Amino acid sequence: MSWLRQVPSACYMTLAFVFIYLPVVVLVLFSFQDGLLPVPPFQGPSLQWYERMFDNRRLMEALLNSIVVATLSSAVATLLGFLAAHTLARKHIRFAGGARYLLMAPITVSYLIIGMGLLVTFNLLGVSRSLFVVGIGHVIINLPLCFAIIFSQMGDHQKNIERTAHDLGATDLQTLVLITAPIMRPTLFAAFCIAATLSWDEFIIAFLLSRFDVTLPVTIFEMLRAGLTPEVNAAGTVVFAISITMVSIAILLSTRRKNNNG
Amino acid sequence: MVNTLVELKSIRKTFGNVVAVDSVNLSIARGEFVVLLGPSGSGKTTILSMLGGFVTPSSGEVLIEGADVTQVPPALRPTVTVFQDYALFPHMSVASNVSFGLSMRKVPKDVRGRRTEQALRLVGLEGLGDRAIDQLSGGQRQRVALARAIAVEPSVLLLDEPLGALDLSLRRQMQEELVRIQKQLGTTFVHVTHDQDEAMSIADTIVVLNHGKIEDNGPPDRIYLKPASLFTATFMGESNILEGTIAATHNGHMQVSTKLGDIEVEGERPAGDTVRLSIRPEQIKLGTTEDNDSIALGDVEITEAVFQGAHRRCRGLAGTNRDTELLLRIPVENSIQPGDTVEINVQPNDIVLLQD
Repeated sequence: MSWLRQVPSACYMTLAFVFIYLPVVVLVLFSFQDGLLPVPPFQGPSLQWYERMFDNRRLMEALLNSIVVATLSSAVATLLGFLAAHTLARKHIRFAGGARYLLMAPITVSYLIIGMGLLVTFNLLGVSRSLFVVGIGHVIINLPLCFAIIFSQMGDHQKNIERTAHDLGATDLQTLVLITAPIMRPTLFAAFCIAATLSWDEFIIAFLLSRFDVTLPVTIFEMLRAGLTPEVNAAGTVVFAISITMVSIAILLSTRRKNNNG
Repeated sequence: MVNTLVELKSIRKTFGNVVAVDSVNLSIARGEFVVLLGPSGSGKTTILSMLGGFVTPSSGEVLIEGADVTQVPPALRPTVTVFQDYALFPHMSVASNVSFGLSMRKVPKDVRGRRTEQALRLVGLEGLGDRAIDQLSGGQRQRVALARAIAVEPSVLLLDEPLGALDLSLRRQMQEELVRIQKQLGTTFVHVTHDQDEAMSIADTIVVLNHGKIEDNGPPDRIYLKPASLFTATFMGESNILEGTIAATHNGHMQVSTKLGDIEVEGERPAGDTVRLSIRPEQIKLGTTEDNDSIALGDVEITEAVFQGAHRRCRGLAGTNRDTELLLRIPVENSIQPGDTVEINVQPNDIVLLQD
């Protein structure tokens, strides 16, 4: 009768998952609604709102903008994070502890504050709001995360490999490009995927710093203000699907790396 | 005049308050196979790192081929280091690993290919150039690391406990190969190990280190048979150490009185000085003095006898008060038992006076 004792905990776990995932399930479900409103009762399924969505030029432009911003800002954040992590892990520099703290600190600052700060700063500099500025904002929020992920994987077992490369005549840059980066490729890609996911989902900074060209979350927000339609659900579903794919890739890469090492 | 290739001049290295290497002077001749031998923490790896350029000495000079390289980075030294963990580039093929140094030196492609092949042939990995690193066994990885270092033709090859990760039989085999490769190339090898058997089987010269200082420096047979210090005598295999006081000296000979009787050795020390004598266990012979030369050490009561194949390893108590423990290696034909009492003697040549 030991399984009986597990019933309460199983119930608890089910409830917890329902609590977490019900909103997402509802969102996805009503994107297939065969009607004008994403409210019960569910009719369908139908793909008409997805067709509408793909015909919506504003939405498609925003989708493309989001992809560009996410890709470029994450690439920059990963590159800068990698360089910072490598330097702090390998070189004996003064105030390394302080530098590490300063690099990670932005994780604790809310996106709203960072967005406002950037808005004021760029105003002061006379730079107008644009996707480029949004990208800079995303580099700022993702750099600490990329740094932390890559720094944690800068194992000492690679130290002698890099030393050997130097010993055999490679410059710092050659070692970084030919040896360190290829060996750390799974980690770098995982960091990139997580940064891209966060940039892809990010709303506040994108909302505050963009003007004419906007990203997908901003467009969805504007559609929501105009009124609830299953088209918004469809757009939300696409955002969710792409996020979950990137996170899965990141997790898959980091676990496979662990297995290889073990 | 020996052709000196490497010279360390009063090298000292401290890490915080810890003195890792303390005023070491060392010359290494061209073409020599030198082994830096010592327990962990003796400073042997730090010395190797200072030769390779990965550690800068706190004071002193490192000279290679007559040039002061104390502040020169590893890439610009005529040295290559093979690390204990091999440090192979895991994302490259065997051939790419071996040719890496040549590519960095911008050696033309055809020459590169030829030298890579030569290096692989020398270490016995011919035809494995296309393999990935994770397809290789531990011994093969060791060989790739060696080939990669040899390919750039360094003046000095530095080996940091390269055989530490291999099992015993493979280690023996690699020891022989290292010696073969070293003789074939004529390159100077500096090899770090804590294994005295390994040191004796591969070295032209052994440098014994302890607490950051050189305890002894010389060919393996001399180091083993005539150790200079107490540390060397006990670290290089097993030894019996007898303490004694100098009773009298005359014409370069000293009479040392020990618990096992008076022993005459060569040397000049003031009477009354305390000295230590070292006798290897296998050099203690059974029986009363057979000829006039050998020195009687009285009798010994055997307390323990262990059959070890090549010999019986025995412990016994000697001296009139049975207060001196001795270690003996007795031929297996002699079926000696604990409880037996036997007469022992030793040849004068086999008694070593230790310079503390």
